[in-house]
Amino acid sequence: MDFEEHAAKPLLAGYGVAVPASELADTAAKAKQAAGNIGPCVVKAQVPTGKRGKAGGIKLAATPQEAEAHAANIIGMTIGGWPVEKVLVEAQTKIGRELYAAIVNDSATKGPMLLFSHMGGMDVEEAAEKDPGAMRRLPLSITTGLTPDIARNAISGLELDGVANDLVEALTNLYKAYRGLDAELLEINPLVITEGNTVVALDCKLTVDDGAAPRQEAIVPLAAPEKLSPIERKAAEAGLKYIELDGSVGVIANGAGLTMTTMDVIAHYGGRPANFLEIGGEAYTKAKTALEILLENPNIKSLLVNFCGAFARTDVMAEGVVSAWKELKPDIPIFFTIHGTGEDEAVRIVKEQLGIEPFDLMDDAVKAAVEAAAAPSVGGKS
Amino acid sequence: MIPRKTNPILVQGITGKQGTFWTKAMQDYGSNVIAGVNPKRAGSEHLGVPVFATAREAAKSAPFDISVMFIPPMMAKTAAIDACEAGARLLVCLTEHIPSHDVMEMHVAASINGTRIVGPNTAGLVTPGECFVGIMPAFNDRVFKPGRIGVISRSGSLGTLVSLNLTQAGLGQSAFYGVGGDPMIGTNSADALRILDDDPGTDAVVLCGEIGGSAEEEAADYASTMKKPVVAFIAGRQSPPGKKMGHAGAIVSGGKGDYASKRASLEKANVQVADAPSQLAGLLHRRLNAA
Repeated sequence: MDFEEHAAKPLLAGYGVAVPASELADTAAKAKQAAGNIGPCVVKAQVPTGKRGKAGGIKLAATPQEAEAHAANIIGMTIGGWPVEKVLVEAQTKIGRELYAAIVNDSATKGPMLLFSHMGGMDVEEAAEKDPGAMRRLPLSITTGLTPDIARNAISGLELDGVANDLVEALTNLYKAYRGLDAELLEINPLVITEGNTVVALDCKLTVDDGAAPRQEAIVPLAAPEKLSPIERKAAEAGLKYIELDGSVGVIANGAGLTMTTMDVIAHYGGRPANFLEIGGEAYTKAKTALEILLENPNIKSLLVNFCGAFARTDVMAEGVVSAWKELKPDIPIFFTIHGTGEDEAVRIVKEQLGIEPFDLMDDAVKAAVEAAAAPSVGGKS
Repeated sequence: MIPRKTNPILVQGITGKQGTFWTKAMQDYGSNVIAGVNPKRAGSEHLGVPVFATAREAAKSAPFDISVMFIPPMMAKTAAIDACEAGARLLVCLTEHIPSHDVMEMHVAASINGTRIVGPNTAGLVTPGECFVGIMPAFNDRVFKPGRIGVISRSGSLGTLVSLNLTQAGLGQSAFYGVGGDPMIGTNSADALRILDDDPGTDAVVLCGEIGGSAEEEAADYASTMKKPVVAFIAGRQSPPGKKMGHAGAIVSGGKGDYASKRASLEKANVQVADAPSQLAGLLHRRLNAA
């Protein structure tokens, strides 16, 4: 789950990290009103993606009228594929120095990692080009966390002694937020030392672990909506992972690895997959919903069903697909290849109820589905 | 370690629906299940073995080498730490969607107690003809046959397909090592390669990778030091960047973890990469005949 700045900052403030005063506005008029309350401000596009400044999505405003004009321009822009629907009107901060701080899950050390740099306020990639050594990476222990000593070590030798205590407190609070929110990534860029020598988080990027959603119920509704097509959204609501692609061979398989492989083998034989749709793991009883969702894609010319059941029982999945197929009566050919747990029963269901013989070799099933998708379609449909 | 039929196995969550189904399948195949855990059913018997309140309790009267967890994600951390503290040498963690901070705590407990964790989000381990631990169709002899090829896979379903392809081509397997689809796993592909490299029953290895992370690049580093032939298939060549392809670990971001870099690393280490899983047996035959 990604959180936009306006949702993340109050969460951060809850852990004692200072953030500027702000108000959220979804119209230019509301932005003007907010600026009237706040004073000189920054109008910031709210989208869950970086590089907002470069795209013209962040503007300074001295007066409410200016804020209104900027908001009118920014709302309706598209940044990184995201339509801007709201802006954050935030009090201007007198910047002394711009730093960078983040705590991320590190898969190499299987623990948290503190990232700290004296070069804040620009892209991480850009900063790395200018000074590859600037980013300090400190692996942390999940059991002892980010102690004040580690924080002091992270900021040492960077002429930050005057604000060391406040900075150490900000970093340890940042870690508390990372733990408390079950974050995968909590990034502050820039972390600002103001002219008055206070420490303020000027931006905040927060990604919370989806797996922790059951114990983060209070913040789940604040997450930014995922960028999904209407069919992808319907699948997500049904608890299925569906990704729309640009090809014509529909895919239903179980398990992420097998589904990706099926797509790859389709391409290997000259076809194009129409989707990623897996019904493995706990979703293996949802084959019928899966088929309904998949058939909403008008580009599908043939359908390939590839089951290699381990945990997922192929007989349960086959039953689901077959009953949905009989009910929906789609006007496209369907090809099966089935192996693993429950395979004898699954093959019997497909043969008896659809009169179709599943292929023993996956490659043969893929070739047949690719050929069928390439053939001029029958029944007057194009 | 490769599970053997002599290794005593504990099943955490043995009385649940999946725990019951798969424990029975493991027993029927020859796995040495000696006890189970369910705090609410402690003192009873299930599938012919005693049930204990905790893994630590079980260890007192039923010492085990391996524990396998059929435990829901939000309870997995407690169960895993219990197994580590009980002295499990190998902990097979099947659970998917465990909160990542919990997974980190599990790995700390494993490292303190000297436990090897396989997973999370693995389909388990199969030693064809001997035993299996997890949720793999070991009992389907069209998929698994005893032999001398080691198979490593991040995905259970792809591992099943590849083992099936090998069996169809007359190549049996010495061991199937499901390493798991999560980003922070206890035993990665390079570790599994090392285990199979050390196994006298294994002549060659098939590595089934997928996009995302750097497991294949690390495995390539190890493979370059091996005398045994290694061939590979990497799933996800056709997957669009920036999307999580089902597995939490299968995402290409910022040009890292993509298909091309993985393939290049493996080929540089003299690991032939198949375009389709059906080509793996042919590649193996060529390498084994050349050796």
